Amino acid sequence: MITAERTPLSLQEQRVQPKLSRFIRRNPTMVGGMVLFSLMVLMAVGAPYWGTVDPLELNPIERLRVPSMLHWFGTDMLGRDLYSRTVYGSRVSLCVGVCVATLSMSIGLTIGLVSGYQRRLDVIVMRVMDGLMAIPAILLAIALMALVSASVQNVIIALTIPEIPRVVRVVRAVVLSLREQAYIEAARATGAKLLRIWVRHIMPNTVAPLLVQGTYICASAVIVEAYLSFLGAGTPPEISSWGNIMAEGRAYVRIAFWILLFPGLCLAATVLAINMIGDGLRDTLDPKLARRI
Amino acid sequence: MYAYLLRRILATIPVMLVVALFVFTLLHLSPGDPAAVIAGDYASPTDIARIRHTLGLDNPLYVQLGIWLWNVVHGDLGTSIHSGAPVLKLLGQRLEPTLALSATTMGIAVLLAVPMGIVAAWTAGTWIDRLVMVFAILGFSLPVFWLGFLFMYGFSIRLELLPVQGYVSFTQGFLPFVRHLILPSITLGMVYMALITRMTRASMLEVLREDYIRTAHAKGLKPRTVLLLHALKNASLPIVTIIGVGVALLIGGVAVTESVFAIPGLGRLTVDAILHRDYPVIQGIILVFSGVYVLINLLVDMVYTCLDPRIRY
Repeated sequence: MITAERTPLSLQEQRVQPKLSRFIRRNPTMVGGMVLFSLMVLMAVGAPYWGTVDPLELNPIERLRVPSMLHWFGTDMLGRDLYSRTVYGSRVSLCVGVCVATLSMSIGLTIGLVSGYQRRLDVIVMRVMDGLMAIPAILLAIALMALVSASVQNVIIALTIPEIPRVVRVVRAVVLSLREQAYIEAARATGAKLLRIWVRHIMPNTVAPLLVQGTYICASAVIVEAYLSFLGAGTPPEISSWGNIMAEGRAYVRIAFWILLFPGLCLAATVLAINMIGDGLRDTLDPKLARRI
Repeated sequence: MYAYLLRRILATIPVMLVVALFVFTLLHLSPGDPAAVIAGDYASPTDIARIRHTLGLDNPLYVQLGIWLWNVVHGDLGTSIHSGAPVLKLLGQRLEPTLALSATTMGIAVLLAVPMGIVAAWTAGTWIDRLVMVFAILGFSLPVFWLGFLFMYGFSIRLELLPVQGYVSFTQGFLPFVRHLILPSITLGMVYMALITRMTRASMLEVLREDYIRTAHAKGLKPRTVLLLHALKNASLPIVTIIGVGVALLIGGVAVTESVFAIPGLGRLTVDAILHRDYPVIQGIILVFSGVYVLINLLVDMVYTCLDPRIRY
């Protein structure tokens, strides 16, 4: 009896093992990206537990110290521990990246669905989207940040608005190609309501391109947030973000290059991880597009 | 074809109108009264009212929009709140460094990225291809300003090979002009190069699978002839498209690169305008940059017909 129970389990185990290794072998880019991104998430979530001190604690006697066993990444011009600041900075970057991707996908999905179905509205919506896309994303975000006070929420909003048109275009293209399909017409003929058609038949088809687009939006948001902070139009200086740390350290590039080096490395690693996940997802979910790009 | 070109040119008008509307709304959403800012701290309410009247701010919104659009079409982008100079004049003063930086970057990027993409496609699956793809994905991921400081620290501060910061006009000597542009151009060009390399490789891979390429090889043509004459010409449309689309990345990167290398161009003007909350200047910059972006993509569409005679509109 015991043997009979254990046999299927061990078979399943045997099946799972090659599946996992096959997945890793077939998607090295995505797996690599996921491992790197998980490390970054762990760093952000467990920031207080990774041997950090208060990232805002000033210690003028210890200012501009080179990386050592005491201060792994050195200290900045105010004596703050750069390792702690960099670890805490990951929270801002990841929060901005994930929030911008989620918000722009949700809003873009809604507008794209409605626009793809309402022809009259579509003309107006798409002209507005074309106009917004004509403004380079960073400039648009800078202009929006110039209107409001510096805060993480405002950065998220300022970065979400330029990304919405890109999502709308992707969703609208899917909706337009599906709208005339026989199964959608059949659903309509059986009396299915528009909302049901959207949720049951259209939205599942947008998942793959949206996921791919979402990862690229996330990567772009992480990097543009750093740009905005670096230019003085992003998160307020009292918040430790990678862009802020590097903006403050730029004046010390000759004598304390480490202030720029470590946050920059973490920023690059995070963006690289998200891009690798995006590339991997694209190859898996949309092989046709993968061959083209 | 002329009908298509006319339609394409006309299609840019609503796009630019949306941009203009956005820019106009931006001024009206901006906190504070521009008249009060111009009048200064010690102005009386009468003075402020007079300035409001002079600027036309007491008119209804649609009248203000009409007047503003009329002025924009006639080249009047308003006056800077911070310096009091006309915005168009300020933009003109800062144009040369930005033009020089953008042109050099585009030149370097296209000259390096297209051959890299071709070689990667030709050697697909080998270590050369993988190396090029690693470069392409890194190019997307490395922050422009960080890369700029890295280059500056290595080549200028440590090795003392190139100037650390600043800009020298070509009228003051060609060599100093080039020396000051090398690091900023390479820094700014990394993302652009990554984008073009990826697209060139993908486009070439697609074309290299075609039957006519096999036929060309079978005819005994030299590999170089097949690659450059038969494959590249047919793969060029997506490459040209991405060069046009990538201009948006370039424009965004200009503000950051100019800030890192202390180049007194339009990008620096943007950063200064944000710090001073100089909305008319921000408006002018967005209008000009968006106009350039739309114009370049219009040109790209026109180039299609020259590159591929099969395209008939």
